[in-house]
Amino acid sequence: CLQDLDRQPVYDVTSASVYKDPANYKQVLAKLYAVLAVSGQQGPAGKPDIAGIDEGFSNYLRQYWKAQELTTDEAVIGWNDGSLPDYHNMNWSSSNEFITAMYNRIFYMVTATNEFIRETTDAKLAERGITGQAATDARTFRAEARFLRALAYTHAIDLFGSVPFVTETDAVGSFQPRQISRAELFTYVETELKAIEEEMAAPRAAEYGRADRAAAWTLLAKLYLNAQVYTGTARYTDAVTYANKVIQSNAYALDADYSKLFLADNGSSREIILPVTFDGTRTKTYGGMTFLVHAAVGGKMSPTSFGINSGWAGLRTTKGLVDSFADPSGRTDTRALFFTDGQNLEINEVLNKFEDGYAITKFKNVTSAGQPGSDVEGNFPDTDFPLFRLADVYLMYAEAVLRGGTGGDAATALTYVNLLRQRAYKGTTGNITATALTLDFILSERARELYWEGHRRTDLIRYGRFTEATYLWPFKGGVKAGRAVESFRTVFPLPAADLIANPNLKQNTGY
Amino acid sequence: QGVTLTGVVKEADGVPLPGVTVQVKGTNRGTQTNADGSYQLTNVPAGSALIFSFIGKTPQEVLVGNRTAVDVVLADDSKSLQEVVVVGYGTQRRKDLTGAITSISAEEFQKGNIVNPEQLVAGKLAGVSITPPSGQPGGGSTIRIRGGSSLNASNDPLVVIDGVPVDNTNISGASNALSLINPQDIETFTVLKDASAAAIYGARAANGVILITTKKGRQGDQLRVSVSALGSVSQLVNQVPVLSADQFRDVIGQTGNAAQQALLGTANTNWQDQIYQTALSGDYNASVTGSVKNMPFRASFGYLNQNGILKTSNFERFSGSLGLSPRFFNNHLRVDVNLKGSIINNVFADQGAIGAAVAFDPTQPVYSGQDTYGGFFEWLDPATGRPNTQATRNPLGLLMQKQDLTTVKRSIGNVQFDYKFHFLPELRANLNLGYDLSSSTGTIFVPADAALQFNRGGQSSQSAQTRDNKTLEFYLNYVKDLRSVSSRVDVTAGYSYQDFIRKSPSFPELTANGTEFTPAGVPFETQYTLLAFFGRANYTFKDRYTLTATLRRDATSRFSPETRWGWFPSAGFAWNIKEESFLQGAKALSALKLRIGYGVTGQQDLPSGLSDYPYLPRYTLSDLTAQYQFGNSFYRTLRAEGYDANLKWEETQALNAAIDYAFFDGRISGSIDVYQKTTKDLLATIPVPAGSNLTNQILTNVGNLENKGVEFTINTNPVRNERHNLDVGFNITYNQNKITNLSKVPSPNDPGVLVGGITGGTGNTVQIQTVGFPTNSFFVYQQVYDASGKPLEGVYVDRGRNGETTGDGKITIDDRYRYQSANPKIFLGFTSQYTYGKFSAGFVLRGNIGNYVYNNVRSNYGAYRNFTNALGFNANGSPNVLETGFVNNQYFSDYYVENGSFLRMDNFNLGYNFGKVSNRPGKGMNLRLSATAQNVFVITNYTGLDPEVSGGIDNNLYPRPRIISAGLNLDF
Repeated sequence: CLQDLDRQPVYDVTSASVYKDPANYKQVLAKLYAVLAVSGQQGPAGKPDIAGIDEGFSNYLRQYWKAQELTTDEAVIGWNDGSLPDYHNMNWSSSNEFITAMYNRIFYMVTATNEFIRETTDAKLAERGITGQAATDARTFRAEARFLRALAYTHAIDLFGSVPFVTETDAVGSFQPRQISRAELFTYVETELKAIEEEMAAPRAAEYGRADRAAAWTLLAKLYLNAQVYTGTARYTDAVTYANKVIQSNAYALDADYSKLFLADNGSSREIILPVTFDGTRTKTYGGMTFLVHAAVGGKMSPTSFGINSGWAGLRTTKGLVDSFADPSGRTDTRALFFTDGQNLEINEVLNKFEDGYAITKFKNVTSAGQPGSDVEGNFPDTDFPLFRLADVYLMYAEAVLRGGTGGDAATALTYVNLLRQRAYKGTTGNITATALTLDFILSERARELYWEGHRRTDLIRYGRFTEATYLWPFKGGVKAGRAVESFRTVFPLPAADLIANPNLKQNTGY
Repeated sequence: QGVTLTGVVKEADGVPLPGVTVQVKGTNRGTQTNADGSYQLTNVPAGSALIFSFIGKTPQEVLVGNRTAVDVVLADDSKSLQEVVVVGYGTQRRKDLTGAITSISAEEFQKGNIVNPEQLVAGKLAGVSITPPSGQPGGGSTIRIRGGSSLNASNDPLVVIDGVPVDNTNISGASNALSLINPQDIETFTVLKDASAAAIYGARAANGVILITTKKGRQGDQLRVSVSALGSVSQLVNQVPVLSADQFRDVIGQTGNAAQQALLGTANTNWQDQIYQTALSGDYNASVTGSVKNMPFRASFGYLNQNGILKTSNFERFSGSLGLSPRFFNNHLRVDVNLKGSIINNVFADQGAIGAAVAFDPTQPVYSGQDTYGGFFEWLDPATGRPNTQATRNPLGLLMQKQDLTTVKRSIGNVQFDYKFHFLPELRANLNLGYDLSSSTGTIFVPADAALQFNRGGQSSQSAQTRDNKTLEFYLNYVKDLRSVSSRVDVTAGYSYQDFIRKSPSFPELTANGTEFTPAGVPFETQYTLLAFFGRANYTFKDRYTLTATLRRDATSRFSPETRWGWFPSAGFAWNIKEESFLQGAKALSALKLRIGYGVTGQQDLPSGLSDYPYLPRYTLSDLTAQYQFGNSFYRTLRAEGYDANLKWEETQALNAAIDYAFFDGRISGSIDVYQKTTKDLLATIPVPAGSNLTNQILTNVGNLENKGVEFTINTNPVRNERHNLDVGFNITYNQNKITNLSKVPSPNDPGVLVGGITGGTGNTVQIQTVGFPTNSFFVYQQVYDASGKPLEGVYVDRGRNGETTGDGKITIDDRYRYQSANPKIFLGFTSQYTYGKFSAGFVLRGNIGNYVYNNVRSNYGAYRNFTNALGFNANGSPNVLETGFVNNQYFSDYYVENGSFLRMDNFNLGYNFGKVSNRPGKGMNLRLSATAQNVFVITNYTGLDPEVSGGIDNNLYPRPRIISAGLNLDF
């Protein structure tokens, strides 16, 4: 009976068998994208990808959003879950479970993509007899996996700086990855994105939800725009170049109505370059848009008008964002989607006081026709998250030009900015002149256009206003008037748990 | 043609002794005495001798001669170490034991409304901590033998029922591996505590072994019928303190805004009164024992119906057993067939009602006066009139509008052939074939108009599980007395094969009217196999010195071929010092024995939820609800799973040294055991270096854990005379538990692994596994108090990282410190039984010292923010808020970690034995009446409802009721 000891799984498939059938490849690829959207193999929760934290909390997009928004003037959250208040108080430590979860999600994406890239080399495809269209598709999938890995590593560069480094050549096992410098990782990601450019689908030629060449260009433009922060060397000309590639592909166009970009049927938008997709019945999670729609609703807001069964009364904004609008009423600049009835502009209490701070009505689970999303229970939205969209590329172009990047010009930059303002003001009344187009204006315009879309922390750091006293917002650093915090907080600490597990790692300065 | 013999067996003080085995010498024919000490044996050959034996008494052999009545008085056995004890794969003479083995038989069991077998021995065994279940009907206890030896793998002991080691993963609807056995069928309950005793079970024995033997018929038994009935009343002892309706109005008046104040109602509802009830239960048993020709048998049937004090909860069990013990070839072949079956029907009440009853606004009425939502008052969204899904649901509505039913069926059976070789009677071959099959089916129904699931149109869902476990074991045993060299050898060698299959199909979730709401997920099926070779040698010299050695080689399919085999050796030595000539003169000392043992045991049980293939690279298909969209299509995803190809056994090395003693003809007896258990290569879930595996935490072999302790037992018989008898027993155990390593790369700054999720917020945890500290230590901030002793909200001692005392001016998670643990440092049991003629009385007191409890009820309901919110409803909370004045919940304050030391009277019982109530010739009928009170009182400083919380986080435990029972036993 000794052979009875060689039991094999009944429903799970082994790695050896999964790659024999080319039909499985797209399902593995779907998982790589799903890392951003859902928290595990059961929706909304169950069989989580990572452990040690509440599953809904740990969702990639939810964590990324929190790290980028709760640390800034754009958002406060009223929940005292674990170390969550540390984000806005800017006193996080290396044991912060949310920072740890963000880091773990990034490296989950890295190892999951590595596995797929390792199993889809040309040699392996040939060895398994996969040829023709199946092989061509597999190569495109592989390029997308490399894109997703580059995306995750870009988040690592931005959030953590110098991190462990593994590629497809590092097989799964018990080992301690080496640490790579922030600049070195920048070069790796840059090289990767350029290497896969041609293997990816042409702009807007891929199926909705999948990354195409324009997504890779947008990511490159982002990297270059922040290169000064990441590497100490400015790369604004490269930023202009890649923003231009996206814009000049003419595959993407601004939607007519700003507010409809964030609704349950935004999957039809031509403005979104790369979404994270959600669906009320088929892509369920307690993170992602479920969090973003529910947590923003409370007080006198009617959940029904958001297409959900209830609010979670957590997220509001500070007057830092409100004041960036000349008219926060929404009557002129239609991007000012604030809910003020029963809400105080001033924040006296962050925790459990939803009334303090204006609420934001940007993300909703209703369609542009006013119908609720597909989940009859009203829990899980259909709304997709716009990770990259054209408006961001316009603003990146304008900023890179203003910062001295060549290959573009200020007049075009002004045109792009005014395109956004014409949409916002539903006419030209909000247009600005060339003299008004300053770097400060762009930072402020990015807030108005892109608030709550996960850009703010990176933007403030690039402008030197994240930790400094030059810009304060309510409860920055945990005090009502706001205060400067230590400059080392422009990157998060490496999680204490990984420093123990991997002695090759050196903690970021200051932590 | 023999004669019919009758007689009565009494103790030295004249009290009749029931349960004495009466055997015709040289045969397997015999019987047991009835409740009045009488017995009858038919067809006894002339010239026979009878052997009378009873645990704790000196056996007596009596020549029958030409008598027809033989009355006997059995004396207490100062050398009660004579008896035979069940050990793994056979039995041993107690005096030859080298390991720490405690055995309890039926007459010492706890009495009263006992649903699960382990409750029979609660408080009676040193080193064995049995945390009783919550008040949920049919709940199972948590059993820990000498502390838990594992961190993430199971800490449950191995359970062996009539020789069949059973699976200790629970089937849903059954509380633990023992829960489907009718306690009334159990004859002995034996615990193998140390490694030298347990190592014969090798890889599954790291947490000790519980051997259960069930009652059986004996050769020559007369037909005996025994029936019993027990009726019980269960009552809630205390309610969770909450604000009264008037106090609540005051608080909302002071802290609420206009909208929140407008929500106040005019009712005065005590929601806890609404959800609890006084519950009746009944337990009925019947058994028939006898022998038809060469076929001794016992058949039993039990029916238990237990209502819970939480309305609607109910537990119903039908159990039956059949045992046949035929003997063939002049007793050379003994066959034992055991068949046990049970069916459990559970009605689970929604325990969410317990928390809801604490939190529900007391100014609101129970019923709304409307027809909607079942007539129950519910918080609604004013815009839509639909239930506010964030609000607390009506507690009574939760109970009345949800039907959660589970039926569990289980059958355990085995046939054991024991053949004594004709040409070599010292050699026995034993073959044991067993099975353990169980299945569970459940349904949940919530009507469409219930607020709980209103938005989705109610709920109709089902679930199912099956377990299919098989056992084949074979061993040879050779026993020989070598009188010429004053030696005795007892050698066993065997083979064991076990196979476990678990299946669980997946069903779609439907709405109340049968429409599909969520499609079925991926079904679950997993299988693993265990294989072992084992041997044991026992050598006794001059009845004084005994050496035992065991060796087991185990393999499991859960690990890779390179790591799946493990060796598990043990050795033990015992010295009967009393037998030495230098102690012959010590008359007061009736026994003295030294035992020393060492052994290695293993663990391969994985944390629940983990697959049985943790070493294989696998891909898992996602459910239909976790798909990803490309274009207009949704794709079920395939996820590469993290794995550890080198996973292997967890190993526990244990050392035990003990002294067994007895004085004054055994009127004082007991033992002292000192032990140390060190577990290495712990199966622990720890963070992996980021980037090295396909997950962030993995189950791997890492770290060490240590348990050491002392157990002391004393049993005394201070009063013993013609009418009175008093037995008093006491046991105390000190156990110290510490994690000694928990990382692949040893590091002094290891922050540890957070565990211990609480209710309140999301994902909050208050416990941690850290090197140098006990498992599940609390990880909290050190509260700062003002001069009047009131805790200051959010003000904590700034300790700095790793407990340094110099802070950095900021309070972050690094300022949390390790404060106490949920593990009791000392636990004790105190039992007494007194008889006066036909009257008897007894009690069991049980206590823990040094177990800390996190009062999650206070931390979660004890802040002003609990009362009002921005979500359109108000909620009640703990009056503790009036003491602390906390505005926001301070979940991580050590203020909520309380000393949970307690002393509980588990059981107080009275009995009256009428003796023979009918005197028809040959048809004696005995009647015994009893009354029992369980959970009589608890003495503790803990401020919550009940300090005895498995895991140490007290969060709306289903309250343990006080149970008063009256019972009747009839034998004829």
